[in-house]
Amino acid sequence: MKYVIALLLGLLVGVVVFAAGMIYNPFIVDRGLSPLSVTDAKVITLNYSGVPADAIVFTNDGESRQRPHPDKVLQLWEAPIRQTSAMATVMRDARSQTAGLGIKFSSRSERTRLLHGEALTDSVWYIYLPGRGSLFIEQSENYWPFLREVVFPAYRSSANKWKGMWLGDTTAGPGALGTAAVTGGSGSLRGLKMNGVESLSARAYSVDEGPISVEGRLLIEMPEAELADDDLEAAELDARASRE
Amino acid sequence: MPDGNDLFKTFITGIVLGVAAAAGALYAFPAVDQIREASIVSVAANGGNTESFHVNVPMDRVMVGAPGQKQPLPVGMEWPADELLSDVRVELFKVRNARDTVIGVASRTAARDGDVQIIDWVLHLPARGSVFVNMQPQATAGGYRKGELRAGSREFAPLHGHMTERWVPDTSGDEDAPAGRIELLATYVGKPEPETL
Repeated sequence: MKYVIALLLGLLVGVVVFAAGMIYNPFIVDRGLSPLSVTDAKVITLNYSGVPADAIVFTNDGESRQRPHPDKVLQLWEAPIRQTSAMATVMRDARSQTAGLGIKFSSRSERTRLLHGEALTDSVWYIYLPGRGSLFIEQSENYWPFLREVVFPAYRSSANKWKGMWLGDTTAGPGALGTAAVTGGSGSLRGLKMNGVESLSARAYSVDEGPISVEGRLLIEMPEAELADDDLEAAELDARASRE
Repeated sequence: MPDGNDLFKTFITGIVLGVAAAAGALYAFPAVDQIREASIVSVAANGGNTESFHVNVPMDRVMVGAPGQKQPLPVGMEWPADELLSDVRVELFKVRNARDTVIGVASRTAARDGDVQIIDWVLHLPARGSVFVNMQPQATAGGYRKGELRAGSREFAPLHGHMTERWVPDTSGDEDAPAGRIELLATYVGKPEPETL
């Protein structure tokens, strides 16, 4: 009997050791700077709040930590969309002025490999920028660094909260350099093929409520030859402000 | 009497087995498993494949966002008051396949930008991918509006084609029937292979 208990205790410790090793695996490192943060090309910068309650509408299966907003919004409870969330939010430019509207659909990805440090979601953005046109952004996002450095520490904290400063890119593809594929749909952006990167800047997270202070940012690299003069001026201002 | 040394060895063996079992389980069982509905695709007469989707109105409407609404949907939604968004209408829906099963979500954005009217659809089917469609603002005979597949992700990435939308009012007279449905018919055509010399 003592041997069985020793074996079971060992198994339990083994599972805990594995979980700890996976979370703190030093061989899984962030990709560092995104290629767009050092680009010389003109970029469009769009900011949004990553807190569901700040969105116009945010919905999911209703059982997630991130609660739907407003309360009476239709929830995505049907089996094929249960692991999906939908958000409509105001997009702001680098000067914090309203730039347009963004709609984001995200679904947990079956390509998730926690052993490799990949907690993936497949997401798409539709963004409408009055006066400029519409954009479609397709990407896979890796939330493992966010989970490891923000969510797990919140669980470890006695107050069930995390406070600090975390900044990281979530975009992990499909571009070869880990960038999102951006397609212009209408207006002056029509027909353009671009690259983009989404990043999160977190300051507070709660186990009970989810994100408390999180800002999202989309950087979209413009193809220089396609820019009109007024777009150039706006993009230059955006780029300057985003680097400041 | 169990030897302490043997007990310790058993404990260490347990740890090794625990690590191996956890790693094996994580490798063997997918962390995410999306529920799939078999797609219902037909061969189109003049090339490509067609697939129909629909939205039952009002039960599949998640959001109707537009300025100056007396009864916003969902209740409690606050549409941004910014003048910049005064000509924009955004709707979010659940999307159903031909078997009337919910298989995804979609957005329809209608906006007026100067003289130009924009109507864009994004269909997001979690197990398959997403489609972005630019619609022509003018409806054709029969109430159809046609649009072009501008981009897609995953399964839809290599496809071209078009999609039509049409409002079909309910004529069944059933008490629990929807007021009508938005019918979407997508036609997918593969991108041509590059010519080889």
